[in-house]
Amino acid sequence: MFNVQDKRFKIAHKEALIGVVLVIINFAIWFGFAYGLGSGDPLEYDYVFGFPAWFFYSCIAGTIFMIIAIWIAMKLFFKDISLEEEDEQK
Amino acid sequence: MHWSVIIPLLIFLIIIFGIGIWANRQVRTSNSFLQEYFLGGREMGGFILAMTMMATYGSASSFIGGPGVAYNTGLGWVLLAMAQLPAGYFVLMVLGKKFAIVARRIEAITLIDFLKKRYDSHTIVILSAISIIIFLFASMTAQWVGGARLIESLTGLSYINALLIFAVAVLAYVIIGGFRAVALTDALQGSIMIVGTVILLIATVIAGGGVDTIMQGLVAENPNLVTPFGAEQNLTPLYVSTFWILIGLGVIGLPQIAVRAMSYKDSKSLHKAILIGTIGIGTIMFGMHLIGVFARPVMPGIEVGDKVMPLLTLEVLPPVLAGIVLAAPMAAIMSTVNALLILVSSTVVKDIYLNYINPKASDAQIKNRSFWVTSIIGIAVVIFAVKPPELLIMLNLFAFGGLESAFLWSVVFGLYWKKANKYGAISSMIVGLTLYIVIYRFAENIYGMHSVTIPIIASLITFVAVSMIAQKVKKIEDYHF
Repeated sequence: MFNVQDKRFKIAHKEALIGVVLVIINFAIWFGFAYGLGSGDPLEYDYVFGFPAWFFYSCIAGTIFMIIAIWIAMKLFFKDISLEEEDEQK
Repeated sequence: MHWSVIIPLLIFLIIIFGIGIWANRQVRTSNSFLQEYFLGGREMGGFILAMTMMATYGSASSFIGGPGVAYNTGLGWVLLAMAQLPAGYFVLMVLGKKFAIVARRIEAITLIDFLKKRYDSHTIVILSAISIIIFLFASMTAQWVGGARLIESLTGLSYINALLIFAVAVLAYVIIGGFRAVALTDALQGSIMIVGTVILLIATVIAGGGVDTIMQGLVAENPNLVTPFGAEQNLTPLYVSTFWILIGLGVIGLPQIAVRAMSYKDSKSLHKAILIGTIGIGTIMFGMHLIGVFARPVMPGIEVGDKVMPLLTLEVLPPVLAGIVLAAPMAAIMSTVNALLILVSSTVVKDIYLNYINPKASDAQIKNRSFWVTSIIGIAVVIFAVKPPELLIMLNLFAFGGLESAFLWSVVFGLYWKKANKYGAISSMIVGLTLYIVIYRFAENIYGMHSVTIPIIASLITFVAVSMIAQKVKKIEDYHF
């Protein structure tokens, strides 16, 4: 029975791949802002809402951006499928 | 004794207890004891799934240890902590639907069930069971020590009494209620963790006179506190980045997390859990560690890092509110211990007893053994926690990375790579575990990376190489789920 290719797996594989893409984006934002803006002299940092700019964009704005991105990705790509056996098989 | 702090904590314990008793009624009326006791009947909705993932993952170190390190290191440590954000969505997206479908098809209750059906190998079952039992036993003991220390410092009770109160509370509801009690109490505990974090963060900012003032205070003390590199400038980009492997991506390989990805109800619950879980983990990890940094100008001169969070709470909040906020680390510790306890117990009952000792056990026998095994493990942990041996402390410290080194690729390739086979899985487990133990003992932070990095990469290469070679030599058929 394991050799039956289940249609639902196609969907599951695509969604897993979206997870990988999201993590790469997440890492890029996090790393880029932190070390891009934070590598200079700390006495000359810019501040946004009281936080150093690197910290604000990397840890605060970046996190909020990711949450929105995850929400949009799920609205657009994630499908509602049955997890039980009887539906799609046979 | 601060009674106004202790009363909210007591009320919290009583509610948790009540949930255990309620869940026990489900256990008694269920027609499949194993599914109910160890997976809660696969009935978790989105909110509960999100909270139980978060609460299991967030432990003593998120609420006690982490803020203490942040206090000494500065904003760089908050940056590092944010590598945990993917734990909220990555695990559920990657394992997500496929794991849940496969687990239902093969009626898997534990992670080892899945590995056993996929690779068809006793070596894997035994190797996995041993790693789970040893590593998670050590983790539980450490969490328990942390919980007892926390109660000790809040109430003035002796360490032993604090440990007993804590242990009896947790054991009682886990033993009688099983996974359902664990997941439901996790939901309450997770909510307390989020609410507590938010309250304490706001109170700390107010006590510090606003974010601007706090930042100026930090810069005046040591400008490096506001850089990504840490107060001593020892947080290199490479080191901080490799934490993504340990606390963000490798989390897929943690059995206590993976098992949750097979116990939810339907796809809707999964979607909801991904969003709520990410918001929850983001809030807690960002909030608690930032609180640690902000505590520095508000309460300078705290020498023991672990005391930053409790002392700060008592300082900046009125007593009743402090009681609620201090329930958060207690909740974090309890929810981690209860998940580990039920997992170790399922490993012993399902993976060892039912596989090798008594495959024909009746339902009544299984039920009886499960209660006993859970109780005995729980009590054994308490006994060890009275005076934790050196070895256990060491095992706990690398339990996270050790489990990831052992399980990550076996789970991921088992699900997504049809050429994966048992030879690849076994050799990658052995290579991962051995390398991790060696690096951890003798060359921590090798090449400036976290010690989990090389074992994970090496076990990946081993897995792929050995699977391919075995395929050629033995002509193993591709395996589909």
